[in-house]
Amino acid sequence: MSPAFFVFAPGFWDNEAVHVALAVGTAVAIVAGVVGVFTVMRGQSFAGESLGDIGTTGGSAAALVGAGPLAGFVAVDVLAAAAMELVGVQRVRGRDLATGIVLGAAIGLAALFLYLDSTRGSGNGSTVTILFGSIFAISSSTIPAVVALAALAVAMIVVLYRPLLLATVSPEMAAARGIPVRLVGALYLLALALATALAAITIGTVLSTALLIGPAAAALRLTRRPLRAMLAATAIGIGAVWVGILLAYDSYHWPPHEHGWPVSFFVVALVFLGYLTSGLVDRRREGV
Amino acid sequence: MFEGFMVNAWEVSGIVAVVAGVVGFFTVLRGSAFAAHAIPNGSFAGAAGAGLVGVSAIFGLGVAAFIGALGIGLLGRRGRHDAVTALMLVTMLATGALFVSLGNQYEPAVYALLFGEVLGISDNQLWPTLVLGLVCIAAIAALYRPLMLSSALPEVGEARGIGAFRVELAFLGVLALATAMTVPVVGTLLIFSLMIGAPAAARSLTDRPGVAMALSVALALAVVWSAIAASYETDWPVGFFVGTGSAAVFVAARLWRAGRERFARRRRPRGRQPERLGSVA
Repeated sequence: MSPAFFVFAPGFWDNEAVHVALAVGTAVAIVAGVVGVFTVMRGQSFAGESLGDIGTTGGSAAALVGAGPLAGFVAVDVLAAAAMELVGVQRVRGRDLATGIVLGAAIGLAALFLYLDSTRGSGNGSTVTILFGSIFAISSSTIPAVVALAALAVAMIVVLYRPLLLATVSPEMAAARGIPVRLVGALYLLALALATALAAITIGTVLSTALLIGPAAAALRLTRRPLRAMLAATAIGIGAVWVGILLAYDSYHWPPHEHGWPVSFFVVALVFLGYLTSGLVDRRREGV
Repeated sequence: MFEGFMVNAWEVSGIVAVVAGVVGFFTVLRGSAFAAHAIPNGSFAGAAGAGLVGVSAIFGLGVAAFIGALGIGLLGRRGRHDAVTALMLVTMLATGALFVSLGNQYEPAVYALLFGEVLGISDNQLWPTLVLGLVCIAAIAALYRPLMLSSALPEVGEARGIGAFRVELAFLGVLALATAMTVPVVGTLLIFSLMIGAPAAARSLTDRPGVAMALSVALALAVVWSAIAASYETDWPVGFFVGTGSAAVFVAARLWRAGRERFARRRRPRGRQPERLGSVA
């Protein structure tokens, strides 16, 4: 048997679920890389993480009314981004607190919706699926919506790029040049909400931050230039998703031999490894 | 409602609320909301792993929480602190997802870990919770002065030889300990809202640290006990009432403060506003 047999288990290239997973994963990794670089530069990792968790509320509510999870993630994340903007995430002081309060209330609601899902029998297994994702279960009819939302988020960043960069690096200078800093921040938060919702259908709500923050944080240790960092983050994200999907597919033949290992585990572990590796490169370059 | 297995629920959740109120006070003061979210949440991996190899959940939670605290503390020294916290959190959560999948644990068990199962507390959980709770309070008491100083005036702390990094590590350790004892009761996702909502509300109501801490404990107790009562009456999950109750207490305290300030301004139109020390929000 050729080595390729062990790397690509039989049927990998012919599998419909694998095709959908690769397509969705690629689109999401691109958005997450582009949006994530600004999230890390602006120090809004907690906001990204919270929007991801809050998506649980949307996913469980969508399961309750019988809608698709993506619609729930997008609707609730956009609402939550607006709520965070209103309670004051634009101020650096106290914004973690504001984020935390919104997050706490949303998780409470998620607990209720997931409970109602399980008692009404409409969402069997929905807790694990919503929280930890199941990219192989995405139906191919979701692809157009994913691609459209991804394009929208990337387009927002492209349009906002220069004012957003200045508002991120030096809010005072941006304000002096007449850039509406708060509006730019709010629009950015909207793009972040879209990116988080997309990441949530790929690797689950509570893990979505991995794709958003991990590749971007690693890329920003390799280069200081935002555009190069975006390219590097996208590459790292796509690599993690593809290898993760491949390993998860192969793991159907691994112990304990009952079912495959979760894709999300592989993706997140690869992202974390990427971050640690980038630290070694960074350290060597600095000569520490 | 006040007999049988419910007695355990009242007692254990009371201990949890006291610890959350005290530890949460410093969480809010230090602006460590993200760490307070990440450490309990990441410790999910420990509980899931403990289920897989068959050791007690509290032990698994404790080990995972300390690994998380160390990881955040050490990696955060070199990288961006918030990005490192997020990465540490998701890596541990993903490991937990793997353990759940390998162990074929059922959905209700996962749900209970994430959102808590206060009504299912057994007799033998009372003593470990009490002991760990006392250790937590003792640790906070021992760390009280360095914590206060390095939270409110970090420069002065450094000048007096109180290393910010060591205090940070010690505080993350206390957070990990609090996590191990509170998670079986309120779940990995919700201990956080208890540690943020009540203390932040208390700080909005008073500027004096001692009073704020006492108030924080009282509010946390009120939130938890009324959540249990409401959950008992409605059969809805206790996590729902804890999460929304904590946020409601915070919003109420903020409104009350805003009203009081407006009233004070009207009474003293040109009076000097009293200065607030170390206000976070």
